[in-house]
Amino acid sequence: MAVLDINHLSISFGGLHAVDDFNVSIEKGCLYGLIGPNGAGKTTVFNLLTGVYKPTEGIIRLNGADITGKSTIEINKAGVARTFQNIRLFKGLTVLDNVKAGFHNHYQYSVLSGIFLLPRKRQMENSMNERSMEILKVFDLEREAGLLAGNLPYGKQRKLEIARAMATEPKLLLLDEPAAGMNPNETAELMETIRFVRDHFDLTILLIEHDMKLVSGICEELTVLNFGRVLAQGKTAAVLSDPEVITAYLGA
Amino acid sequence: MNKTEEYQNEILKKIKNKERLNIAITYVMVIAIYAIVQGLVTTGNISNLLKGILVPTCVYVIAAISLNLVVGFSGELSLGHAGFMCIGAFTSGFFSKAVGDGLPDGFRFFLAIVIGALFAGIVGMLIGIPVLRLKGDYLAIVTLAFGEIIKNLLNVVYMGLDSRGIHFSTKSSMDLGLESGGKKIIEGALGISKIPKNSTFTIGVILVLVTLFIVQNLIHSRAGRAIMSTRDNRIAAESIGIPVTRFKLMAFTVSAALAGMAGALYAHNIGKLNTSKFDYNMSILVLVFVVLGGIGNIRGSILAAIILTALPEMLRGLSDYRMLIYAVLLIAMMLFNWAPAALAFRERVREKLPFGRKKKEVE
Repeated sequence: MAVLDINHLSISFGGLHAVDDFNVSIEKGCLYGLIGPNGAGKTTVFNLLTGVYKPTEGIIRLNGADITGKSTIEINKAGVARTFQNIRLFKGLTVLDNVKAGFHNHYQYSVLSGIFLLPRKRQMENSMNERSMEILKVFDLEREAGLLAGNLPYGKQRKLEIARAMATEPKLLLLDEPAAGMNPNETAELMETIRFVRDHFDLTILLIEHDMKLVSGICEELTVLNFGRVLAQGKTAAVLSDPEVITAYLGA
Repeated sequence: MNKTEEYQNEILKKIKNKERLNIAITYVMVIAIYAIVQGLVTTGNISNLLKGILVPTCVYVIAAISLNLVVGFSGELSLGHAGFMCIGAFTSGFFSKAVGDGLPDGFRFFLAIVIGALFAGIVGMLIGIPVLRLKGDYLAIVTLAFGEIIKNLLNVVYMGLDSRGIHFSTKSSMDLGLESGGKKIIEGALGISKIPKNSTFTIGVILVLVTLFIVQNLIHSRAGRAIMSTRDNRIAAESIGIPVTRFKLMAFTVSAALAGMAGALYAHNIGKLNTSKFDYNMSILVLVFVVLGGIGNIRGSILAAIILTALPEMLRGLSDYRMLIYAVLLIAMMLFNWAPAALAFRERVREKLPFGRKKKEVE
């Protein structure tokens, strides 16, 4: 069964159809790419998927369950985590605490056990610390665990955002331009990490990207958006050789 | 245990130790200041004027720490803190006077503090529910308004107690219809008089430590992380499943309750209470402590509250120059605190100075 199933998803802002009749079905374990020119509506799709916007039409199903129109928080609890195009870290918190914040709904203890230092707090904090360090290790960030997130170099901030999303234990991970602003070396490394994360955590990943090397390198399937509509859909190689896609997006 | 685990544990230990040290320094600082001041008091090296402001200083320290929870850690500007102090002062004062000699002094005072904190917390929560939907400047304006509303409402309250129970009026103490032998407790604009003066410097410092215990443990817990992540990036906090509004409300409520505690301490120090003291100026004063101490810096709040409360009294001898020195000090503290914005400002200034350090190259 498909992890993510989107049917006839549409949203308009005033008279503008930002996303119009968007359909996609993503199988479990797939690395799926969403590409298109600037303003095609890619990030809007992400915002619809995560409950930032409510769709005017259409149904979004996660593992068969309808999550259309639910709040961001509920959707995250249902198993969707995301990163942002412009990095949104908790800059005043340490790298470790950024990841621990991601565990918010998985290791719970009450405010009172927090204030009065009850044993449950220590237990939960210890498990959280261990799990967080495991995740940070995957992203090669464990040495920076004690630093403030805002002091990390750019590439590591991008990785930390993925690490934080992973802490919420998602089934579906949405990456919004993970390679933006990275040099070719960093992009190559990021590709490895994304693949590893998918296999290691048994994930399904949907990503938006402009870097064609990354898209053709790791995405198994693609959807191309143009002016809010689906232009082409299918296996990466087939989509990228589609003449319509080439004229609309890649340039003649 | 294998090597990576060992390495990870080492890093975790370092982070934990740093956090513990940071918490411990604050306690030690407060206790050290207490010891020094108490030493001066017992050896008689302190003027009566300064002795008189020992408890009010504790009141301001508690108020500043609690406001820092909202302004520094929750990231919302609140200008109504005096309102919550006012509620704490009046409810605790009412309780103490109503009970009178019915309970032993120490126990009654303890209950009065708890009641002051409780009522202020409840009011804080009730106000917080609608108000925290607003952001930034709007929130500041509305909290300011609520602070004034609380003050003005209490200004027309008359309450009394007799054998039939508590009487309430908004007109005059005559309208209470008390039996002969009943006592008037709150008398409108005159407030409450003759509250037992139970507050001492030692109790004040104990309450400061209680406040520190609550605030420091709170911000170093799951809830604290949620509060601070909401401050740093609301959208990201929601995206990882943190119920943003709930934690903002919690910080606001805890802060109001602690302000209520400060109010109770204040009420039992001066003995005579009216609302005029808890006006806009007091809210701003407490905010000044927080800002000058460094937003989000608890030790800074404590030091700023102490210095800025004690200084005007100590400078009384200089009469004409008193406010001049005070103003210069305010500016100096603004420039030399440890808030990130102040650090950045100093960095910018240094770059421009010919002999200054050059900015490090960012990767």
